[in-house]
Amino acid sequence: MPQESEFAISIENVGKKYTIGHQRASGDGMRHVIEGAMRAPIAWLRRRQEQKIQQVDFWALKDVSIQINQGEVVGLLGRNGAGKSTLLKLLSRITVPTEGRIRIRGRVASLLEVGTGFHPELTGRENIFLNGAILGMRRTEIIRKFDEIVAFSEIEEFIDTPVKRYSSGMYVRLAFAVAAHLDPEILIVDEVLAVGDTSFQKKCLAKMVEFARAGKTILFVSHNLDAVRGLCQRGIWMKDGHVYKDGGADDIIEEYFNTVTVKDSKSLSNPDYEFAIERVVLRNGFGEECNHILPGEDLTVEIRYDAQKRIDQPYVTIGIVGVGGSCLTANMLLDGRRPDELLGKGKLSCRFKGLPLLPQRYIVKISVRTNNGDEMIVNYQDAASFSVVGDLSDYGFRGEFMSRAATSTPVVIPYEWELPDGQVAAISLAESNRLVRKLNGESLVSSNL
Amino acid sequence: MAELLIEADRIERQYWRDLWSYRELFFFFAWRDLLVRYKQTVVGVSWSLIRPLLTVLVLTVVFGRLGKMPAGGLPYPLLVFCGMLPWQFFSSAISESGNSLVAHGNMISKVYFPRLVITVSSVMTSFVDFLISALFLLVLMAWYRFLPPVQVVFLPFFVLLAVGASLGTGVWIAALMVEYRDFRFIVPFVVQFGLYLSPVGFQSSLVPDRFRLLYSLNPIVGIIDGFRWCILGAKSPLYLPGFAISVVEVTLLVASGIWYFRRTERTFADVI
Repeated sequence: MPQESEFAISIENVGKKYTIGHQRASGDGMRHVIEGAMRAPIAWLRRRQEQKIQQVDFWALKDVSIQINQGEVVGLLGRNGAGKSTLLKLLSRITVPTEGRIRIRGRVASLLEVGTGFHPELTGRENIFLNGAILGMRRTEIIRKFDEIVAFSEIEEFIDTPVKRYSSGMYVRLAFAVAAHLDPEILIVDEVLAVGDTSFQKKCLAKMVEFARAGKTILFVSHNLDAVRGLCQRGIWMKDGHVYKDGGADDIIEEYFNTVTVKDSKSLSNPDYEFAIERVVLRNGFGEECNHILPGEDLTVEIRYDAQKRIDQPYVTIGIVGVGGSCLTANMLLDGRRPDELLGKGKLSCRFKGLPLLPQRYIVKISVRTNNGDEMIVNYQDAASFSVVGDLSDYGFRGEFMSRAATSTPVVIPYEWELPDGQVAAISLAESNRLVRKLNGESLVSSNL
Repeated sequence: MAELLIEADRIERQYWRDLWSYRELFFFFAWRDLLVRYKQTVVGVSWSLIRPLLTVLVLTVVFGRLGKMPAGGLPYPLLVFCGMLPWQFFSSAISESGNSLVAHGNMISKVYFPRLVITVSSVMTSFVDFLISALFLLVLMAWYRFLPPVQVVFLPFFVLLAVGASLGTGVWIAALMVEYRDFRFIVPFVVQFGLYLSPVGFQSSLVPDRFRLLYSLNPIVGIIDGFRWCILGAKSPLYLPGFAISVVEVTLLVASGIWYFRRTERTFADVI
């Protein structure tokens, strides 16, 4: 138990209750309240009580106790609805707990959604001042940091242009730049990295690493496990409004990664572009819909989309993420083989040839960008999952520690050992290799007979 | 290091300190509203003159010329302007501030700052319009070569009373609107009828004596009478009981408004 004096955030038995159906119950608004009270006061009171019973209480958080020390960098993990966002809202004072108490030492900056309070009619310059003030900066402080903010956002030329003329990438850059210069003791970050282009995301992460190095306390929520792994020392896994596991970030992430279940019927959409990924289908080397493949087998990732509005110059990126982080990618931003447009319902697929992956669990992530890669339409961190299953001994593996394959770096391209005695050992996860060895094995057995 | 305690069912001890530390935000919001309001308009700020000007013109014609209401020897446009000045302020302040929380719903559910800042700063925005209109009153008085009496020194007090009435009502409506959107319909209604129920286009001395006290229950009556008394002088005498009622009502409005606002403020983000 850390010493009492060290904590930055102390959450003690906190619960947050939402009453579902409350607004439905009095859906007629005030007319109902007034009219009801006037017509028959007693009946109205009685009905009110009945209504209270009918309302359903929902505990978004229950009995949560967490102590975060000064200088700790903590990653919050959990599925949607696990209570992460509610917890962050409580810590940012946006709403209050129903029970328990929270003690916070130091200035808190919370980036729950960057750019809140930006006014589209105002220029970048004006919005820096407005947004800074909303986030709790003094005018003098903003003036002092103004040049730094503008430099960080990389929008110098457009600083006197109304932000309604900005691309969404520029908008996010400016918004993050303001928030990043708040200079808090405690930083609360929720999924801000889900927006913006990759290089800017890197920059944001670098800024957060800088914060962490300076001994600030950071509480970080992201579905991007790579980012959590890179930044955090401690992981807290939330489930159904409770703290499910709390421990070293690497251990928690690994365990979380292995239990995350991905429903492949899930769809992801972006209403701004009227674009949706309706379904992501994985197929094995025979083209069968399948969630497990052999090492060295082909894997096809098929994306079924619905583009109500035309998406010009779409760039699709598919990544395959293993327990240790991203390991493979197919990226139109690099190869440039993008379609001219996406319109209506359709499908697009990518066949990964002979995936040289060890038997582990993998997650497929998909993003679609447009406008020269500047605007992210969807960024789907867990689009689908699959397992590579197979017996490595089929591929000529014969180590005593083969069970370590489950946690090893997953990509194994063909390689050759050349030993001091001149012997050459070729190792490959290629499926053909496996078949050859199987055949050899069989023929060996038959020749022995 | 300062420690912040967040606990269920307790209003933070640091409420007023917080409000103080966010003091600049009052001006930033008001500044933003003023800046944004006349963007992409042709005549720009002139709108804040055109609006009261046309209203004065219409009321002068309707009440003064057509209705032939007595003006007690005063120029009728001046009489109307003195009534319209506080009324326009009050009505625009309650419309703007009443809607302010709902309009900032997105911000409320994303960032913390004392919510009172939003509502108060929208009253401030209306106050700036009030000051611009007041300048125009000076022009009108110069035109009629009208010199204000000595009691003009009491004018700041009545301005304060008008601010209080606007703030108290605005804070109440804003907080209620978060849960009951009905007020979105009630407010325009109040503003429309209030123009005729308050002595804007006529003098309140026209109301029969036996109804005068009842009429004064409208807190705006005392405020408008006060403005006329300060600016136009003895020809528009102050009705003391009405004035007292106004002061009491405004005080109650402000106190109860802030009380209710603080009580509900903590759950705005959940309800909005």
